[in-house]
Amino acid sequence: MSGLNITIEFGGGAELLFGNKKKQEVILPAKEGEWTLKDLIFWMKDNLLQERPELFIQDDSVRPGILVLVNDADWELMDTVKYVLEAKDKIVFISTLHGG
Amino acid sequence: MCDGDAKICTLEEEIAELRRLLRDKEECLRALKIEKTLRNKFSGDLDRDEVVRYSRQLLIPEVGVDGQVALKKGKVLIIGIGGLGCPASLYLASAGVGELTLVDNDVVEISNLHRQVLHDESTVGIPKVLSACEKLKKINPNIKLIPKQLHANSETVKLLLEENQFDVVIDGSDNVATRYLLNDACVLNGVPLVSGSALQFEGQLTVYNYKGGPCYRCLFPTPPPPETVTSCGDGGVLGPVPGMIGVLQALETIKILTKSEGVVAGRLMTFDGADLTFRNIKLRPRSATCAVCGDNPTVKELIDYEQFCGSRADDKVHNISILGADEQIKPDKLDERLLIVDVRPELEYRMCHLPNSVNIPYSKIQSGKALDAIAESLNRNGQEVYVLCRRGNDSQRAIAALKPHLPGVKLINIKGGLHSYSKLVDDHFPVY
Repeated sequence: MSGLNITIEFGGGAELLFGNKKKQEVILPAKEGEWTLKDLIFWMKDNLLQERPELFIQDDSVRPGILVLVNDADWELMDTVKYVLEAKDKIVFISTLHGG
Repeated sequence: MCDGDAKICTLEEEIAELRRLLRDKEECLRALKIEKTLRNKFSGDLDRDEVVRYSRQLLIPEVGVDGQVALKKGKVLIIGIGGLGCPASLYLASAGVGELTLVDNDVVEISNLHRQVLHDESTVGIPKVLSACEKLKKINPNIKLIPKQLHANSETVKLLLEENQFDVVIDGSDNVATRYLLNDACVLNGVPLVSGSALQFEGQLTVYNYKGGPCYRCLFPTPPPPETVTSCGDGGVLGPVPGMIGVLQALETIKILTKSEGVVAGRLMTFDGADLTFRNIKLRPRSATCAVCGDNPTVKELIDYEQFCGSRADDKVHNISILGADEQIKPDKLDERLLIVDVRPELEYRMCHLPNSVNIPYSKIQSGKALDAIAESLNRNGQEVYVLCRRGNDSQRAIAALKPHLPGVKLINIKGGLHSYSKLVDDHFPVY
């Protein structure tokens, strides 16, 4: 079984936690069962996150103030952490801005 | 500032007096003109000046006379007359929106001018709402401008929305607490909220509480941890970015007032100026469990938003005090022989720094990665070392982090940082 190829993007400053790279193509290793968004978030914490995990993860999900998108749609429309990833999915993590 | 030079002082006073005189005469002229243009027999709903002035937008079928009359009847509340509020109010005033209420508590600073396009050198030091109204009046003397120099909090916003029936509220604020406050106020009063934000190269725009779309709380039921929030004063912002978001806030407001289709509600537009890309994100619908707009709301009146967010309702930095009195010194009492460690980011150190200082960024100290090396270089420099930053807060944090690793060194915080240095020692040092 081969891995799952997806794109991860960051915006609004969320990229700062991930080596300041706004876009990353990743291959998630093959595993038993499906890859959910929750699995992805924890995989990112272990494999991509460069600093301070508490600024990304809180209570088994992303911290308040980060909006997650699945193929340019709010993840609330996709069952949030339970969404099952498919090949070529684009997952975006956007930190909300407050300045003006 | 008079710089002690009497001639400069006199001239500045004379110019200020002439400006006052000019303002009075312009006001007088404006009143006379309005009276004159109202006596008009050629068009029904719009007067002669209005037909000419707004002709280029009147010609758009989606606007037309009905749209222009809707704009003229429109009342818009704009919170924050900064990087977003300036361009937003500029285009709304120019388009002939009948009544604009401008709210901001700050005065114009020179560091505002790169993005807050209504203000200029001559209005530095005066309230932003007055500076803005003065400029807007010059562009369009036919609309009603209401400047309110006040801090937007639960009491003032409640009163504003009680006193006046607004068609749209524009959020051009700069902090999380005010964003929740305006959201709740708009939901409770049934007013759409045109929300914009910007930082560095990026901007975000959406309309909350419009035609069954979500509100800010539907999207963000819990406020972000305060340490994850960056202000323009700390992170920086490129002028055209809030400029563009503010202009789009004006566009969405015009569309709402003229009952046009295609308002960015239920969607979020994000903009990244670094690679000039836009995202158009489909958002969740209104949440039935939302605390303020849900089916069983728990927020039925405005609350204390600073408490709710755990952060102050402005973008100012609030000073901490975590060291003892014997670990601090005022900048005018420095011993010049001692080493100064400047813990600001390298970028800021390059903008300006004291000649006898070395740069060890706090982020480096905080990460713990370079701790041993830092300790060693400090140890070599004797028994006492000064620690300095922009305002005197990170320097205290740096000392707290370094202390356990440097038993042989006395680390002394320079109180109030470089801001205080500029004030007490040498005002040639730039305050940013």
